[in-house]
Formats: sequence, C-alpha cells, structure tokens
Amino acid sequence: MPNTMILPTAMIEPAAPKQRGYWGSVGNRLRYDPVTVFFGLVVLAIILAAIFAPLLAPFDPYKESIIGRLKPLGWKGHWLGTDELGRDILSRLIHGGRVSLLMGVVPVAIATVVGGTLGVVGGFGGRKVNTAIMRTMDVFYAFPSVLLAVAISGAMGGGAMNGMIALSMVFTPAMCRVAETATAQVKNLDFVEAARATGAGTLTILRYHILGNVLGPVFIYASSLVSVGILLASGLSFLGLGVKPPTADWGLMLSTLRQSIYVNPVVCALPGVAILITSVSFNLLSDGIRSAMDVRM
Amino acid sequence: MDTVEIDRGGPAQPLLIAKDLRKHFKVKGGAPGAVVRAVDGVSFNVFKGETLGVVGESGCGKSTLARLLLHLIEPDAGELVFDGDAVGDMRGITVNALRRQVQMVFQDSSSSLNPRMPVRDSIAFGPYVHGKTKAEAGRIARDVLVKVGLKPDLFGPRYPHELSGGQKQRINIARALAIEPRMVILDEAVSALDKSVEAQVLNLLRALKENFNLTYLFISHDLSVVRYISDRVLVMYLGAVVELGPVQDIFSRPKHPYTTALLASRPSMDPARRIEEPPITGDPPSPINPPSGCRFRTRCQHAEAVCAQTQPILGAWNDRDSHIAACHMQDPESGHSLAIRTH
Amino acid sequence: MINLLIRRILYAVPIAFGVSVVCFSLVYLAPGDPLQTILPSDASAETIALVKAAYGFDQPLPIQFLKWLGRVLVGDFGQSIATRRPVSLEVTGALHNTATLALFAVPIAFSTGFSMGAIAGCFPGSWLDRLLTGTAVIGVSLPNYWFGIVMVILFAVEAMVLPATGMGANGSDGFSIFRWADARFMVLPVITLSMVPIGIIARSTRAAVSEVMGQDFVITLRAKGLSEAAIIRHVLKNALPQVLAVMGLQFGYLMGGSILVETVFTWPGSGFLLSKAIINRDVPVLQGTILMLALIFVATNLLVDLAQSLIDPRIRRT
Repeated sequence: MPNTMILPTAMIEPAAPKQRGYWGSVGNRLRYDPVTVFFGLVVLAIILAAIFAPLLAPFDPYKESIIGRLKPLGWKGHWLGTDELGRDILSRLIHGGRVSLLMGVVPVAIATVVGGTLGVVGGFGGRKVNTAIMRTMDVFYAFPSVLLAVAISGAMGGGAMNGMIALSMVFTPAMCRVAETATAQVKNLDFVEAARATGAGTLTILRYHILGNVLGPVFIYASSLVSVGILLASGLSFLGLGVKPPTADWGLMLSTLRQSIYVNPVVCALPGVAILITSVSFNLLSDGIRSAMDVRM
Repeated sequence: MDTVEIDRGGPAQPLLIAKDLRKHFKVKGGAPGAVVRAVDGVSFNVFKGETLGVVGESGCGKSTLARLLLHLIEPDAGELVFDGDAVGDMRGITVNALRRQVQMVFQDSSSSLNPRMPVRDSIAFGPYVHGKTKAEAGRIARDVLVKVGLKPDLFGPRYPHELSGGQKQRINIARALAIEPRMVILDEAVSALDKSVEAQVLNLLRALKENFNLTYLFISHDLSVVRYISDRVLVMYLGAVVELGPVQDIFSRPKHPYTTALLASRPSMDPARRIEEPPITGDPPSPINPPSGCRFRTRCQHAEAVCAQTQPILGAWNDRDSHIAACHMQDPESGHSLAIRTH
Repeated sequence: MINLLIRRILYAVPIAFGVSVVCFSLVYLAPGDPLQTILPSDASAETIALVKAAYGFDQPLPIQFLKWLGRVLVGDFGQSIATRRPVSLEVTGALHNTATLALFAVPIAFSTGFSMGAIAGCFPGSWLDRLLTGTAVIGVSLPNYWFGIVMVILFAVEAMVLPATGMGANGSDGFSIFRWADARFMVLPVITLSMVPIGIIARSTRAAVSEVMGQDFVITLRAKGLSEAAIIRHVLKNALPQVLAVMGLQFGYLMGGSILVETVFTWPGSGFLLSKAIINRDVPVLQGTILMLALIFVATNLLVDLAQSLIDPRIRRT
C-alpha cells in the first residue's frame, strides 16, 4: 500500500476534549459526589476495622466476667457496655465485622465469577446452551432469596462455610441473568459483527469485545449485592445457621443478646446498628457507583 | 496476510459472483412455517475495480444481502464465488479467507465501534487477529489512520464517544482497510452523516478506492449518493433484484416501473417541477407473504393479469454492460399489453 | 390472550418441576447418609428400618424422586419427625398464619412504598425526594429481625402497650383478627414485615416514575396543556407495569422471607415452622414447607406476569 495520502479536510475538524477512558471518567464522576465519597470512606473504615480488629479492640472479645455482665454504656471503660457473659461489646463488634463481612462478600465474589461466566456463555452461546443455562437458573430464581439461603444452609447443617455456599447459590442465578442480558445486548451491536467480519474467532471476540462491556453491569450489580449479602449472612447467623458461639458475629450476637432485652435494651440493640450502618453504607456506595458508571458512551 | 493476494482470474474475472442467494427468517411468535423472505434468490456480479451501488426502500433486504456476502448470516441457499474460488467449497476458499479480502463498513458509526476501546485498538484488532504482533498491528493502525485523514497521535488514543460522526465513520473505514481487503461493502456508510460531512467521506472513499485498487459494494437508500459514487446500480425490491445496469442507463432510462417511481420520488431542486402526487404510495407489501407473480404489481400502475400469474425473469446478469430489468413489459413474449412498445 | 395464558402456564410447569427436584435433593445435600439427616441420632434399629422402607432409600434415586413426587401431588408430604403429625397439616396451619400477616403487610407495604416512590419520582431533586429516597435506602438496608427486636423493646418492654411475642391466649387455632385481644399481637410483626418491601418498592417506583417522566410523551402532554395532575396520572399509569413486577417479587418475599421476623416474634407461621424444623433437623417438614412456599412464589410470579401483560400491551406480543 502506498502510505502517504493527505486529506486536509479532516485534519481541521474540531478536536474533541482530552480523551479519558471509561474507568477514568467513572472515577472522575465519583470524586465529585460527596455522598458516595463519604459512604465509601465509611465502608473503608469498616473494612479496615475488621482487618485490624486485634489492634483496635480495647478488650479481648472472648474475656468473660461474671460480675461485669450486661453493663450499660460506658461502664468501667467498656464504651458500649458488656454482653450476657460480661464480654466487651465494642471489641466483639469490631471482631464480629470480620465474620459478617466475609460471609457477606465472599458469596458475592463467588456468584460474580460463576454466575457471570455462566451468563456470558449463555448470552453468547447458541440457543440450546442458553436455554439449558437460563432455565436451570430460573428454577433457583423461583425461590425467595431468604428461603433458599435458609433451606440450603439448613439442610447442609449450618456453619459459616455452608452459609457461604448457600448464599453463593442464592446470588448466582441473579448474577447470571444480569450477565446474560448484558452479553445478549452487546452481542447484537455492530462492532461485534465488525469483529466477526475481520475473521476473529469466538474466544477472541469474547475477550476483546464482550468482556469489557459486560463487566460494567456485572460490577454494578455485584456492588449492590454486597449489602444484601451482609444482611442475609447475619440473618443466617441470627437463626443459628452461621458461625458457632463463642465466635463474635453480628447476627449471632443479636440472637444471644435478644434474651436480655428486659435487662439492658440499648446494649442488646447495638449489633443490629452495626449491621444497619454497614448495609446502608454499602448500599449508598453502590448507588453512587451505579450512577457514576451510567455513562452513555 | 502472510501471502500477497494476486489478481488470479485477470481483469475479466468478476471479483465476486453471487448466485441465487436466499435467506428466509423464521417469524417469531407467528404461524408455524411463516418466514420473512428477506433475500429471495438474488444473483449478480461485482467486477474488479467497480463500485456497484445497491438501492431500495428500507426493509427490502439490502443489509441482509450485505451480511450474506460475508457469511455474517449463513445463507439458506445460493453460492458465492470470490475471484474464481467458491466460498466454503472443498476446492475453493474458506469463509475466513473470504473475510480477509472482503470487509464491511456499517451504518451506525457509534454502535460499530467498541465503546470501551481506544479507536486505534479497534483498528489494530483486525491485523492482530490475522497474526500480526500487537506492535505491528499498532503500526498498521497508525498508517491507516493517516490514510483516512486523521492524525494518529491526536485521534488514535480517543474513545468513540469523543469523536464526531464523520470521524467515527473514518475510523470504521480505517478498520476495514487495516487488513488490506480487495473489496469493501459499505452498508449505508454515509447515510447517518450531515450532508457536508457526507461529501467529505464520499470523496475520501473515492480517493481510497483509486489508491488501493478497491472494489466497492455501496448500499444506500439515497439515490443521489449512489449516482455520485457508483459505476453500476442494482435495484432491490422485497428481497429480489428488479433492475441492474450501468449508472447512466439506470438514471436516464430506467426500465422497471419501480425504478422509475423511485427516481421520480426524489425531491426536485426546481420549484416549477415539484411533484404534487408521490409517484409511489403506501408501504411495500409484507415480505412474509409477497404478492404472487411480480412482487411490485400491487403498487404498479401498469399491472395486468400476467403480472399476477408469472414471476418476471431478470435475464442475463453476468455481463458488465447489460442493462436488465425483471419486468414483463421488457419481454415481448410475456403477453403484457405494453410489452412490445418498450422495444 | 388465551394463547399467552397457555404459554405462560406451560412455562411455569417445568419451573415448578425443577423446584420440586431442588426440594427433593435437599435431603441429599447433607453430608453422609441421608438417613442420618432424617432420623434423630438415638433412633432404634426398628425406626431406622421403618423409615428406610417408608422413604424407599434402597431404590435408585430417580425412582425415589418419582415416588416422592407422586405422594406430594396428592398432598402427602410424610410425617413430621418432631411432632409425628402429617407434614401437610403442619404446613397448611403455618401457611395460614403467615398469610394472615401478609394480608395486612402487603397492602401497607405496597401503598406506602408506591406513594413514597411516586412522590419522589415526580419531584426529582427536591428535598422531599431526598428525604423519601433516604428513608427508602434505610428500608432496603434494614436487618428486619433487628428492627423487630427494637420494636419489641420500644412498644413491649418500655411502653408496654403491645405484646412482644406469640399469637395470644387463644393460640393459633382460636386466633381471630376481628378480636383486638388477638389482633394486637399482629401489630408489631406486620409493621416489621412491611419495612423492607416499603423500601424496595419505593426505590423501584421512583426509578420507574422518573424514567417515564423523562420520556418525550410527557413533553407532548405538557404542550397539549394538560394539568400537572393529569400528567402525573399518565406517568404513573406508564410506570405501573414495572412496579407491578417488583411487587410480585415482594409478595413472594413476604411469604417466604418472613422466617426471620416470625422467629423474632415467635409467630407460628411457615417461617417459624421452618426455623423449628432446622433446629430439630426435621427434614420432611423442611422439604414440605420450602416446596409449598416456592410453589406459591412461582404461582404469584405467573399471576404478576399475566397482570402485567393485561396492563401493558407491549408485553403481550413477546
């Protein structure tokens, strides 16, 4: 090919603004959204507190005290009081975040990978593959989420690990639907056809043209599931299907402290406040991410 | 792109022969067996170095035809021969080999570029798929950007949403040219552009064709654009070819009443010659149940009994100069009352 | 229309079948011998043999499943291990109690949530919108079992105006919603149960309404000189199908998701039955309750689907 050809008309077309990739512009939008930044920082603080729990907790969360049971806020340095076995509530809340966050986040991550993959395969594959995957997912979708989580983890005999497996199974079908819808939409756009027209194979097209465009919706959905995950996980613990005592966990704490509401109601309600703050923060962070990522391009 | 494509058949060998291409789509939720006859037995040649314009109303099957030529949609029946080699045949060439030599530019310039990719990567994708290293592919992308009149450093790193419609269409052309095809199918490639930008892109296409010995199949519903760029014109109606011939002949002496009507429905620049009545009214009939005989008869002012009974034949379509039309009035033996006078 | 009805029902049948397969497999999810899951650990050899025969564990799985399905189809879910009563009796009684709660929670949640979302969506960006959407976020983030405990603390422990738990002196069988002495036991559970659906419905209504508000036809209506009230009526009508879909899901949530709330209030509904079954490892009850709840959920979704296509002609064609 001869490689010089000057067409001056196009050279003088007005220049577009400085180019910024998709994720760049999402980040930029997020920076100017104070609500999202605030709740993002709260989420960060909660996660850091869980990671560095042993350094932050003022007391040993497992140290019991017969005389110091169910004490009110501020009793002898116990800022948030003590529980029915005299253990420091604040320390247990900080430590409890570890299990609660893990049980809420891990299933979302598993569902994102498994459900996302199934969804992309279902969306990009042929009619038969799609039917097989999506109809199976529909069956699991036919259960209310709490019910399915309780049923599976209950049948498996409870425990943190089974709880996480159950929650993964609850989230996978929903994730799969989101990924399938996104894939099917992108699949029909001209640029995928153009890529096929250049002779690219299915895997190459998936890797370079589909994944990048499906990741956005999948990520948005995953971020909104984290809050649900934390709520369901502590719900399972509340029913006794999560970690076993004496491990500190918000749902489990709530369930044991519940017996003592007549003695010290304020202290008994505290684990729920921790769950609520965490879940609200994750929700609002996810809302912010969603609207920042909703860029028409 | 390991081998240099040579002009195997010589200049007389048509670059692409389409024989009796057929594609029927199943109607979703319709009666069992109901099909849309999107492309219903289309045959034509594309000669080396020419621009073959394809015109017709929306829904006549132009875009389906374009996709059939690249096997982006699998044809139900029919044959494709590229420079003497049957596509998909044991002794011919594979679909992939065809796609190296025939490229396509799509109408919607925004959905035809990956929104999450800088445009230079979209251009480099083709060469990369065909075995170039990423660095080589990037270099090719730069070269091609220059060829379509865009500064590589300024425009290459941009994302599609940061470009104007005309710039996006230049990128689409660049992407098609990046793997050095011999033929480019332009599916309404300039239809969505402003008139001024359209003219720029059309001139670019002409210049590129000249420089790289390209052959174009130019699909458009805009007759003046087709007249400007084409050497020959193919007129489609309801999934079938109704007229085919050199551009001058088609525009000055149309043979098919549908072509006549299409030409007459162009708005005139001369206020004195403005038409009061549109020469063609109503929508085309449904391609699910096309009329018997001649498909145009329901809207044709010359329709007679014979038009409902037998389907008119297009005649010989493999001659570069012939001007042919699928109309009973063209056939002295058809029994149509106006048939003789046309000769 | 009849065509659509048949198609949707035909579509629901394989789903219902799949649901029953899942419920059947629950017994086999547990590690080890399924017999261990079904039997109490101190079961005698006689009981083991009896149960083994009753469940037909010696036969291949598909046969076992078909036999189980055959019994389920005629309403025989087996016998509760804990109470020795037929599971079907236990489940229907519990479902009745759950439905009593839902009967009140559903209208409260739907009307409150829809009004909140509609008001917020009609005035996007206003302080009212922010207040309502803020409240709705708390609603969707609420651990409702905790909220139930807080309600008990406030109204039963501190103010002592409402009872904390149970169904009252007359028990499940004598309960009447028309007698205040009984009905007061429902107040806290119903409020608690409504909170999360209120948040979810408010959020989706707001999203649907503000989306419709942005469509071109609203400008046309305004240009035609319609009053704001008439425009809002048009907008709400267009947002309704989308909201309806969410409401259908929420109805299922109220039926199936009441497990935590019923546990907090020891309300003898299906959820409470389920949590008791889990504690007692009472697999027949577990299976039967889940199957019934899931089937109700499938049926609700079917009804919502049909209602949606009645309202929205665009859906009918697909």
